[in-house]
Amino acid sequence: MSTAAVSVPSTRAQTKRSSLRRSRRWALIASYVFLIMFAIFFLIPPYYMVVTAFKTDAEVAHMATNPWIIADGATLDQFKILLTQTDFLIYFKNTAIVTVAVVCITMVVSVLAAFALGRMKFWGSGLLATGIFLTYLVPDTLLFIPLFQIVKAVGLLNSYWGMILVYPTLTVPFCTWIMIGYFQSIPKELDEAALIDGAGHMQMLTKIFIPVALPGIIAATIFAFTVSWAAFVYPMAFLYSSDQQVLTVGTVTSLIRADVYKWGMLMAGALLAAAPPLIIYAFLMDYYIAGLTAGATKG
Amino acid sequence: MADTVQRWAGAQSAAAPTRRSGIGKFMHQRSTIAFMMCLPLILIISCLVIYPAFYSIWLSMLNKAQTKFIGLGNYRFLLSRDVFWMVVQQSAIFAISAVFFKALIGLITAHLINNLPVKGQRKWRGMLLVPWVIPLALSSLGWWWLFDPTHSAFNYILQSFGFDEIPWLSDPYWARFSVILVNVWYGAPFFLIMYLAALKSVPEQLYEAASIDGASAWQKFVHITLPMMRNIMAITILFSLIVTFANFDVVQIMTAGGPRNMTHVFATYSFLLGIRSGDLPLGAATSLFMLPILAISAVFILRGVRKRGREIG
Repeated sequence: MSTAAVSVPSTRAQTKRSSLRRSRRWALIASYVFLIMFAIFFLIPPYYMVVTAFKTDAEVAHMATNPWIIADGATLDQFKILLTQTDFLIYFKNTAIVTVAVVCITMVVSVLAAFALGRMKFWGSGLLATGIFLTYLVPDTLLFIPLFQIVKAVGLLNSYWGMILVYPTLTVPFCTWIMIGYFQSIPKELDEAALIDGAGHMQMLTKIFIPVALPGIIAATIFAFTVSWAAFVYPMAFLYSSDQQVLTVGTVTSLIRADVYKWGMLMAGALLAAAPPLIIYAFLMDYYIAGLTAGATKG
Repeated sequence: MADTVQRWAGAQSAAAPTRRSGIGKFMHQRSTIAFMMCLPLILIISCLVIYPAFYSIWLSMLNKAQTKFIGLGNYRFLLSRDVFWMVVQQSAIFAISAVFFKALIGLITAHLINNLPVKGQRKWRGMLLVPWVIPLALSSLGWWWLFDPTHSAFNYILQSFGFDEIPWLSDPYWARFSVILVNVWYGAPFFLIMYLAALKSVPEQLYEAASIDGASAWQKFVHITLPMMRNIMAITILFSLIVTFANFDVVQIMTAGGPRNMTHVFATYSFLLGIRSGDLPLGAATSLFMLPILAISAVFILRGVRKRGREIG
């Protein structure tokens, strides 16, 4: 009697649990199906760029075969032409110089400022932090016309050194903002301990805060790198000769000659130009994502 | 024993005044040092952001040769042009529809990934973020190639299923659709990442408690997930609205404003007038029309971020 009374609800619970498990499995399968659809949508352009870059010119031009696959055999000709017969390597060198310089300037400026604003409250520091966040929201498309005049006045029009001057407006505000967040999250006891040991401000920064906030610094560096590598508006407006051009603008404007679009070579160029940010992303994904979300989640 | 304590106390009391004055001097210097550390930042922001922003207002009130002050002449000229009103309309359509679909796709994909076992989430997240990592100018070039009129890979698929070809970039309305599609493709992963981070921050106990009360999945979403994510969703949407509204790369590369100026947004139109046609004041006036919308969004973002800061801190 008593055993029967106990066993009835337990079997009911069991069927309920198994139906729950079954519905959960269906939810999982549905999730995978939809995710695969979204993944196809997100990965179509990079896939097609890769496919085109390895095709022969003849296959691209004749459209005789399915464009989504390489039918006539893969070739590296497009890359060879790109590297030997075009200015692509000059663009690559210019972009590398500009990016490295901008990343260094950005990190020095924003780490110093973020340390001061995050750890050493002073008159107007709150206001300044807010102001930095607001300047981050000023888009480059609002500033490129007045900056054209300024760059011209400084004599850096059509020179990649002008890019080193103006790119920090894209990187410094955000990097400072997220570094303030990282510095503020470090416990107060650390700098008190450092003060008692007689450390100065610079020592405190270099010996304690930079090592402790290293994940934040890596995230900010990645952000500065990707932004200056991908910048498009400023070089489009300020650079026009081939020897000063950077990768983004060089690839989409100068590699297109006359009316003949050499799509294989263009795609090879786009892929090589996109490679450095993609490689960094592949190896440092977690820092990359931390930098992306830090702006809104650490405030 | 007592002797040592005495001596120690004596040593401390002797040291105390010098240390206090040291701290005093330290406090005195502190704000100076802090200001010096901020100086490079202040210089960059005031010379390259604040000054140009105000200079732009002055510039927009000059004539083409920048020799004569003409007041609001450039603005009056723009407002009387049909093309300008088309730019206003297209910018609004572009920004609102692109942000809406980015937010929707971001929300759906974030939930889908959150449903998966924790082990696989990283892989999917990594794969779906790829559009955001490729520099937009270069992926726009790839999209242009996908839309290419004679070689379009999309039209190949349409034709093999027996449909008509679509003039992706040569028909004005399809061109509008195409530039919005590319922008959604580029921006949706950003929403995905932000929403996924927000979803992870919702305490698991809330869902457990709701399950015990017999809440359905939809009820959990409406009554737990949405309220918990509301703030970060608002910040992300407003931020994306600014970036999308001011977008330049996609339209400039794929259509350069054409066909018949139908795809121009503020950024490309001011580039055309200011840099290509050499009328910097008119270009400046065009881009300044973005300012009111940007300013309103910025105020709300700031409020959201502050509120979130208080919630966390």
